[in-house]
Amino acid sequence: MTDPSTEQLRPVAIGSDLERRDGFPKVTGTARYAYESEAASPAYCRLVQSTVARGRVDSVDTAAAEALDGVLLVRTAFDAESLETDDGELAVLQSREVAFRGQVVGMVVADTAEAALRGADLVEVAYSPAPHDVVLRTGRGDLYAPEKVNPSFETDTSDGDIDEAVATATAVLDRTYTTAMYHNNPLEPHATTAYWDGEALTVWDSTQGVHPTRAVLADLFGLDRERVRVVCPYVGGGFGSKGEPHVHVVLAAMAARAVPGRHVRLAFTRQQMFALAGYRTPTIQRMRLAADQSGRLAGIAIDVVEQTAKVKEFAEQTGVPTRMMYAAPHRSTTHRLAALDVPAPSWMRAPGECPGMFGPEVAMDELAEELGIDPVELRVRNEPEVDPESGLPWSSRNLVACLREGADRFGWADRDPRPGLREEDGWLVGTGVASSVYPVNRMADSTATIRREQGRYVVEIGAADLGTGTWTTLAQIAADALEVDVAEVTMRIGDTAYPIASVAGGSSGMTTWGSAVVNAARAFREKFGPEPPEDAEAQGSTEDNPATERFAMYAFGAQFAQARVNRDTGEVRVPRLLGVFAAGRIINPRTARSQLIGGMTMGLSMALHEQSVLDPRFGHVVNHDLAEYHIATCADVAEIEARWLEEHDPHVNPMGSKGIGEIGIVGTAAAVANAVHHATGVRVRNLPITLDKLLPALAG
Amino acid sequence: MRPFTLATATDAREAVRLVAGDPDAAFLAGGTNLVDHLKLGVATPGALVDVTRATSAEITDLEGGGLRVGAAVRNSDLAADRRVRERHPMLVRSLLGGASGQLRNMATVGGNPLQRTRCVYFQDVTTPCNKREPRSGCGARGGYTRYHAVLGASEHCLATHPSDLAVALAALDATVHVLGADGERSLPFTELHRLPGDEPERDTTLAHGELVTAIDLPALPPATRSTYRKVRDRASYAFALVSVAAAVELEDGEGWVREARIALGGVAHVPWRAHRAEAVLRGAEPTEETFLAAAEAELVDARPLDGLDGGNAFKVPLVTRTLVATLRELTQERES
Amino acid sequence: MDTAITLGVDGEVYRLTVDTRTTLLDALREQLDVTSPKKGCDHGQCGACTVLVGGRRVLACLVLAGTADGAEVTTAAGLADGDSPHPVQRAFLDNDAFQCGYCTPGQVCSAAGVLDELAAGWPSNVTADLTTEPAASRAEIAERMAGNLCRCGAYVNIVAAVEQAVEQATEQATEQAAEQTAGQARR
Repeated sequence: MTDPSTEQLRPVAIGSDLERRDGFPKVTGTARYAYESEAASPAYCRLVQSTVARGRVDSVDTAAAEALDGVLLVRTAFDAESLETDDGELAVLQSREVAFRGQVVGMVVADTAEAALRGADLVEVAYSPAPHDVVLRTGRGDLYAPEKVNPSFETDTSDGDIDEAVATATAVLDRTYTTAMYHNNPLEPHATTAYWDGEALTVWDSTQGVHPTRAVLADLFGLDRERVRVVCPYVGGGFGSKGEPHVHVVLAAMAARAVPGRHVRLAFTRQQMFALAGYRTPTIQRMRLAADQSGRLAGIAIDVVEQTAKVKEFAEQTGVPTRMMYAAPHRSTTHRLAALDVPAPSWMRAPGECPGMFGPEVAMDELAEELGIDPVELRVRNEPEVDPESGLPWSSRNLVACLREGADRFGWADRDPRPGLREEDGWLVGTGVASSVYPVNRMADSTATIRREQGRYVVEIGAADLGTGTWTTLAQIAADALEVDVAEVTMRIGDTAYPIASVAGGSSGMTTWGSAVVNAARAFREKFGPEPPEDAEAQGSTEDNPATERFAMYAFGAQFAQARVNRDTGEVRVPRLLGVFAAGRIINPRTARSQLIGGMTMGLSMALHEQSVLDPRFGHVVNHDLAEYHIATCADVAEIEARWLEEHDPHVNPMGSKGIGEIGIVGTAAAVANAVHHATGVRVRNLPITLDKLLPALAG
Repeated sequence: MRPFTLATATDAREAVRLVAGDPDAAFLAGGTNLVDHLKLGVATPGALVDVTRATSAEITDLEGGGLRVGAAVRNSDLAADRRVRERHPMLVRSLLGGASGQLRNMATVGGNPLQRTRCVYFQDVTTPCNKREPRSGCGARGGYTRYHAVLGASEHCLATHPSDLAVALAALDATVHVLGADGERSLPFTELHRLPGDEPERDTTLAHGELVTAIDLPALPPATRSTYRKVRDRASYAFALVSVAAAVELEDGEGWVREARIALGGVAHVPWRAHRAEAVLRGAEPTEETFLAAAEAELVDARPLDGLDGGNAFKVPLVTRTLVATLRELTQERES
Repeated sequence: MDTAITLGVDGEVYRLTVDTRTTLLDALREQLDVTSPKKGCDHGQCGACTVLVGGRRVLACLVLAGTADGAEVTTAAGLADGDSPHPVQRAFLDNDAFQCGYCTPGQVCSAAGVLDELAAGWPSNVTADLTTEPAASRAEIAERMAGNLCRCGAYVNIVAAVEQAVEQATEQATEQAAEQTAGQARR
């Protein structure tokens, strides 16, 4: 029996190496992003931010700003319009309470960008500061278990008796690992151009989901959804931070409402993005592994401590991958949060899996070393036949094949496991491996329309392309679903004028939107046959996939890294990364490869460079720009290769595809850390791997 | 950003007149540091005078093999100059190790050494900083000190000088030509910058309105080998944690050390000329032990800082190891 | 305070009045609606605003427009010839050297600058022998492109694209030189 939600397409356009449809406008810069949308006479909005981390705004002196030539208005909590929300982050200018340093306490709208900035400088805010609490640590008495972890996983799980397993095992590893606070830092700052036409609001917003943003704005401003239009054909990167609206879009809409007939432009500065655009919580991961002499795990446990904000809870699901990755009869996972006077954490590329595969995958390397077992082999020995968590069979699981293929390509067989032995031209050399995983997610509420227009097939869906390739890949899916040449398909996305689509998140886009497009195409063909008349139109929506009740669905991968550590200075370089993935059918090899190497590059950046330094005295991130918050540059990257296995999974969706936007970052940092250990003998358990952590152990 | 007037000076005297007579005025050259600071509110001049056309943009030969570099020469042009590439690898590597290709096309040789010291608290007007606002306190003390000084800091300021070029110029014994309201003067490059002491707001010894017009590079003995080694938190486009500019001349190219010139970056409020290390090296055999002794001599007064994420104590061994490795590289036999 | 300037941008000449505080980047984007150069950080730390001024790559966010009077500015939009991309842009398309596209116009302008700098024999921080003319190795290209951050992580493809563009430019130069030689021989 074939279920329509997974009835497989015959891949013709799918799998072909098509150039991006949005390529030319992007390489010439003629693609217009949110801040650049056309506007006859725009006004400019700049923000005033709190300089205390907790307290209350006593008074605001706006006289100097208001007197400034070109300034149109100043708004603060004393006079801003009321919004309807219980979202502590989005309730901007609704209260005089200050919940974190950098919170918006005012905004200035002016005729020019220069006047707006100067006006914001001139606003004087007086505070009654209160003591703030911004330090995450394990020993806090107020750590609590959230009701669920993102998006709706159990907070704690326990199977068997982990303590008993640890007490009786031959080999036990009990280690604590930490990942840093990270900021998504898409190159395009969060930006909005907003315009009110009477009681109708249009925003050109940089967002991973025009429809979810519309829903939030409609609620905030008490409007019917039909009165709000959100437009976003191009997104200058998001990596999760544009998945949910932040205050920029709210403030821009408030500002535009106050200057009727004017478009208002607002973009966060790079510095503001460190306080107002979400981030990944730092994590503290206590890992316990209990194994027999052959390396078979009897127990695996992770206890995660991380932070959230008092203003809004977000609980990263860091412990979740430990629940299903390896076969171990005794398993335990917990999440505990400290609620601090800090900005709200949020999604960042592979929330949960990305930090949550650092501790476990370094721990596996440590266990392999302790037992004298090859780290690839150790993982193979712990391959579970069914999902340990749910007991369901895998829709497909090719981790072992990825590990084997990667080992083969990487030249792993020749590896001497002993650390600290190889030196080339003053550089210590080592290699490491880690596993990678990401679930197959499908969201609800996506609909596509297909219409015959001037002899072409026009596909409309309010989906997003944040560099992921949606403009191109959805056209490929539509072509195969319609059984036409892809050149006959016109795509229209990134606008609430098109049917509803879910957020581009959880690597769910192709599964969700692709399924809607396939259903629309099937409905279209059923209704109109192979020769549809002009204006023929049909819709289709994403449906629940009943196979999710019968199978555990994940993509898997294996990451291999070579690291070089300067014998004198401890500088770390990664000359080679290889990722081999099993992610179902690949829709477009060109954009897929870019997604995977992009994730691996960000993983390399996480391994070696990235760290937001929160100064507990002030309560904000003090390295809040791109000179001090280091992301990998072109010179930090040498050879990064992404490959994939042929994998046929008939259970996930009609394309047989799994999401690939996030898996590339999962495990990379662990592979690099393991390679650095192999090079130097130094086990770095706290990211990032900076030279100061290696220097003490380097020989004279 | 505070409003300011903008004038373009077409000769140095005019530039000096415009700035010296107005305590609120400042010179603007490549803009890579000053425009950044205008936007941050760190610099708040009322008048700017563009000097990129006020001084020479030429590199000319001096008698005896030296070179005179006009202050308006762009960093990238100095690094591309054939004469400089042949005579001063240390200088070229310092230039190419700095910033990015775009910024090197903008930055001028006169302006680059005059960029302000770097510190995240100095750059953030919402935190205290004695340099930006005298007597407001030092935000860095007890804070994020990874990029801060281990030598020559004062209780008022812990910041480091970020110019790579300046480190090489300090090691090279370059001479700075300056025009002020009272006329011309020249000074050794090593006297251009100053330690913070009680006046952290002053980075240099220049008076207000004094304009750097040129920098002279002396000729070094032909057997001298030099290089610049920069250690940073990523492979490129980052400020130095530690850097070493070193020029060494060995007797007959392989014997004892006839002359050594060393300066350190990333460790102090100034490009740090390592006189003590040079004294140890001079006349000594170029061995690992000598290099280590030189580094230790230089770091006798090092005072690492506590701070977030471990402070900067790692810089002391890092300077030692980088200096030793650099000297080793310069004194190893040339591969034929 | 305002100042009047003339700017050549992508072949057009503009006369405009700017606030002295306006950067070249804001003058292009806000006043001339030339939005090809992007604002990623506004502090010279990302490279998204890279344009060519007088043929050299610079960061438009750190240039005060008032100091750019008379400048000839080329953006990524101006590098293309109508609908046909510049060889660097063609190479970016061929190698999928971008994803979100926001850093891309800056990358393209920077790459165009790199091509010229390599042709002029400029060394870089990874050039082993400073007295030689460096070859366009992948390491040389990566170092020279390091001032253009790409958060999508397209660096591997960017290096491949620039490599392709360099090869093409070298071939063209060789062909032109051969044609010239042949022409001279005929005379």
